[in-house]
Amino acid sequence: MKLNQLTIKELHKKLKAKEISPFEVATDVLSHVDGVEEDIHAYVSLNNNLLDDSKNVTEIDNPLAGIPIAVKDNMCTKGVLTTCSSEILYNHLPVYDATVVNKLKRQNYVMVGKTNLDEFAMGSSTENSAFKITRNPWNLETVPGGSSGGSAAAVAADMCIAALGSDTGGSIRQPASLCGVVGMKPTYGLVSRYGLVAFASSLDQIGPITKDVTDCAISLQAIAGHDNKDSTSLGVNTPDYRQALSAEVKGLKIGLIEELMVEGIQKEVKELTDHGLNLLEKMGASVGPVSLPHLEYALSAYYIIAPAEASSNLARFDSVRYGLREEAEDMVDTYKKTRAKGFGDEVKRRIMLGTYALSAGYYDAYYGQAQKVRTLIIDDFKKAFEKYDVLVSPTSPTTAFKIGEKATDPLQMYLSDICTIPVNLAGLPAISIPCGVDDKGLPVGFQIIGKHLDESTVIKAAYALEQEIGFKEKPKLLKRD
Amino acid sequence: MSDYEAVIGLEIHIELNTQSKMFCDCEVAFAGEPNTRTCEVCLGMPGSLPVTNEKAIQYIAKLGLALNCEIANFTQFHRKNYFYPDMPKDYQISQFDLPVAGKGYLDIESDTGEFKRIGITRAHIEEDTGKMLHISRTGRIHGADYSLVDFNRAGTPLAEVVTEPDIRNPDDARIFMQSLRNIALHLGISDVNMEEGSLRVDANVSLRKVGQKELGTKTEVKNMNSFRALKRALDFEIARHTKLLEAGERVVQETRHWDDAGGKTTSLRSKEEAHDYRYFPEPDLVPLTLKPSYIEEIRATLPELPEARRKRFEDQYSLVPHDARVLSFEKAVGDFFEESAKDYKNYKSLVNWIMGEFSYHLNNQGLAIDECALTPKHLVQLLKMIDDNTISGKIAKEVFDEMFNTGKLPSVIVEEKGLTQITDQSEIEKVVDMVLEENPQAVTDLKEGKDRALGFLVGQVMRLTKGKASPELVNKLLWEKIKQ
Amino acid sequence: MITKKDVEHIALLSRLDLTEEEKDKLVNQLGQILEHAGKIASLDTSKVEPTSHAVETKNVLRKDVKGPSLSQEEALSNAPEIEEGSFVVPKIV
Repeated sequence: MKLNQLTIKELHKKLKAKEISPFEVATDVLSHVDGVEEDIHAYVSLNNNLLDDSKNVTEIDNPLAGIPIAVKDNMCTKGVLTTCSSEILYNHLPVYDATVVNKLKRQNYVMVGKTNLDEFAMGSSTENSAFKITRNPWNLETVPGGSSGGSAAAVAADMCIAALGSDTGGSIRQPASLCGVVGMKPTYGLVSRYGLVAFASSLDQIGPITKDVTDCAISLQAIAGHDNKDSTSLGVNTPDYRQALSAEVKGLKIGLIEELMVEGIQKEVKELTDHGLNLLEKMGASVGPVSLPHLEYALSAYYIIAPAEASSNLARFDSVRYGLREEAEDMVDTYKKTRAKGFGDEVKRRIMLGTYALSAGYYDAYYGQAQKVRTLIIDDFKKAFEKYDVLVSPTSPTTAFKIGEKATDPLQMYLSDICTIPVNLAGLPAISIPCGVDDKGLPVGFQIIGKHLDESTVIKAAYALEQEIGFKEKPKLLKRD
Repeated sequence: MSDYEAVIGLEIHIELNTQSKMFCDCEVAFAGEPNTRTCEVCLGMPGSLPVTNEKAIQYIAKLGLALNCEIANFTQFHRKNYFYPDMPKDYQISQFDLPVAGKGYLDIESDTGEFKRIGITRAHIEEDTGKMLHISRTGRIHGADYSLVDFNRAGTPLAEVVTEPDIRNPDDARIFMQSLRNIALHLGISDVNMEEGSLRVDANVSLRKVGQKELGTKTEVKNMNSFRALKRALDFEIARHTKLLEAGERVVQETRHWDDAGGKTTSLRSKEEAHDYRYFPEPDLVPLTLKPSYIEEIRATLPELPEARRKRFEDQYSLVPHDARVLSFEKAVGDFFEESAKDYKNYKSLVNWIMGEFSYHLNNQGLAIDECALTPKHLVQLLKMIDDNTISGKIAKEVFDEMFNTGKLPSVIVEEKGLTQITDQSEIEKVVDMVLEENPQAVTDLKEGKDRALGFLVGQVMRLTKGKASPELVNKLLWEKIKQ
Repeated sequence: MITKKDVEHIALLSRLDLTEEEKDKLVNQLGQILEHAGKIASLDTSKVEPTSHAVETKNVLRKDVKGPSLSQEEALSNAPEIEEGSFVVPKIV
């Protein structure tokens, strides 16, 4: 077995025992990437110093020391190209490292490269990248999900050991689900957003994409914690998430969200969700249905709030201090031409949508009302959590869809985030773990949502279910070698 | 007299003199090499985030309290969205419906001596922009070819004060600005220097028929870089409105630019659409709650403000209201007076010298009281030398002039120049005798009751003694001799 | 519901140059999305407070201490055009 196929935990054990070296791990990762990247297109850019960097790791004193990890290309890496998969940042070399990157560096990780995404994280298929379309390792004709499609595909295809993603409306969990890996969006404010190029500031959160729940806990441990450079970072001490890695769910109260099990959900997805729930029940958890009546408004609220914030966040791409510039007669035309050329269709659509929702005469009806709906959704979750410890649902209504299938219909594409969006609106932690495959052999994800800052319970439930399901399927692509 | 009255409201920006910027720890300073006090935050680099400077919040609360404003218990930042190259993020972190300071007022005293209360609409905190330098390849003043942008100033904490349209004439507008400036100086929150741009003012002007309630169409005037410019620009704009209205024409609502050299305002037309700032709560910053205890703490640290000082000067030093007002108007002047008054108890004389000779010299050289070489010690020593007859009042003015220019102590100047007053009667008597002998006609005139001749004779004595003779003694001796 | 004139106005506010074709497409797409989003208008929210931050935190402040800045070279390192230590932009009007 090649080293790139192992998990963080397995590699750490071997590295610590000096059975293997970081260089050997990096070598296996690199040679595999060289072999499959032309099929997958997971990376926007690769770290040309991967092998040298791995040689520099001499101490295995941290869980991530010497572990090859991929970073989504919307997190700033000092002196290393950071594009957000956008033409407008085609040449951008940040002058600083994102806080999460700093934290990984302190653990002596090795960066494999920067992964592809839907431009500025806007999308659910990674088709909106200005540079390439990432393919799902399970079926190269299908999308890996998005927007962290590059990260999820890279982990699924063993092109890295773990990856960082960002999740604004499901951008970690949905691609993790479609690629058959584990993805977690932590509580809003648990992981610093400093250096994450903002899409929708009140919803964005960085989290890990890993091969299993154990690696998820290890990675989360490394990146979580207060950061005084991010005013929305929570001033809390992070517990030891690895202590939650016990298969003990006896007495755990689990609520199945009724509204997310109805129309539009693929039959097998529904069945596998029920199956997962049954397993948890068998293990001693108490299970029941729960209704969150305002969830039907979540998608609408999200597609006002997120574009509104995005329209403001993306104003800075103006060709003055960095990024693309299209020459024109005067400043206003330079703005207009640069932004017309530098942004893709989906980004333009959302900027337009958000500007409209904030503009004079429409604010109250759209943005103001959406913020109130947000309050109602938060209250729904609060009520549900009075009765239950965690809530569950499918992660994505369907398994991976065909490339191009939804590309021309934005609304259809937006619907793929229907199960994940409410969690971002409420700022809660949630994980997606694989719970089986559909009749086309494509993986299905199971979402577990926790209370505010209760990542431990989420991890505990996920770990128990993971053990019970024993999901061992691997993408076809990997069976080939 | 015109049938119209002016209605003026001001919008003032004050750069706060904190150590670090509003949302990052870059240094706050004036000028310097371009783009050397910036970081990813104040350059609006992708991924960077703001963190609020607690001192800036304290300063805006102080200013709010000094302007008698209600201080909000709950306050929040909003984004004000508009594209401009000097605005790094293309939105400004500002405040909208939840400013730190709400309604308040400032009482000013008109040149006529009348007290007027000017309402404050609000005072809020925001970040400053960068600076642009417009370059023209042909050297034309208008129509620059391109611009250079320096972000050193970007992110400096900026207090914005908005007044109600309560001001009725350009002089009151100027006095309001001077009063506000003095308050900021007393609070120590800003350098409030109009030339350097740490104090900036825009004015809204409209005219209406005297007695009419509704407001007329307003214009907004920008680019007034001194108190004098403010007054001139408002005079010009009011005259322009008056002319239009009297000719039955309409005033166009627009922004106008004050051209100080040309002495006129011009329309600032651009191809930009009307602004729609799309304010929304800044998601990168969390709200602030200012507890009543915090507000009271700040109130307790407020220094004595001009109005309170004026009253105290009247009581403590028995100054007449006019003198008390002049001395308390500027912080540095009041400080100079009080420092001097510690060692010199003839306050009236002290006031006369500060408001007379001293103020004349300062105005002449365009200096502020704390910018010249003269200290309270100098002035006190000089006044004491007059009181003990070491020098005459006339010589004192000469000494003042010298010490103002050189910073030498009066005792040194008097010593160096041998200016000590002659009080030896026999010495003066000799000169008086000489003068009487040389001017028989004047003596005759004086004897015949032509008092003017006395002045002439005193002048002659003073000339011969180079001004050092005690004038009282000269007078006394002359009368004695004439009567003989 | 959303007209071409609206689209043109919003495009100017957003500083986006759009082709006629793009404008027509956006009239359709934005119309559809807004119609869907308009669902929320039917909710009675008169007694509901808006949420702008998912997690309730308050009073995050830093001490007023100055720290190091970037060098001029770093500050300008990504700029499309520079001159005399400054960013160059085309004429404003």
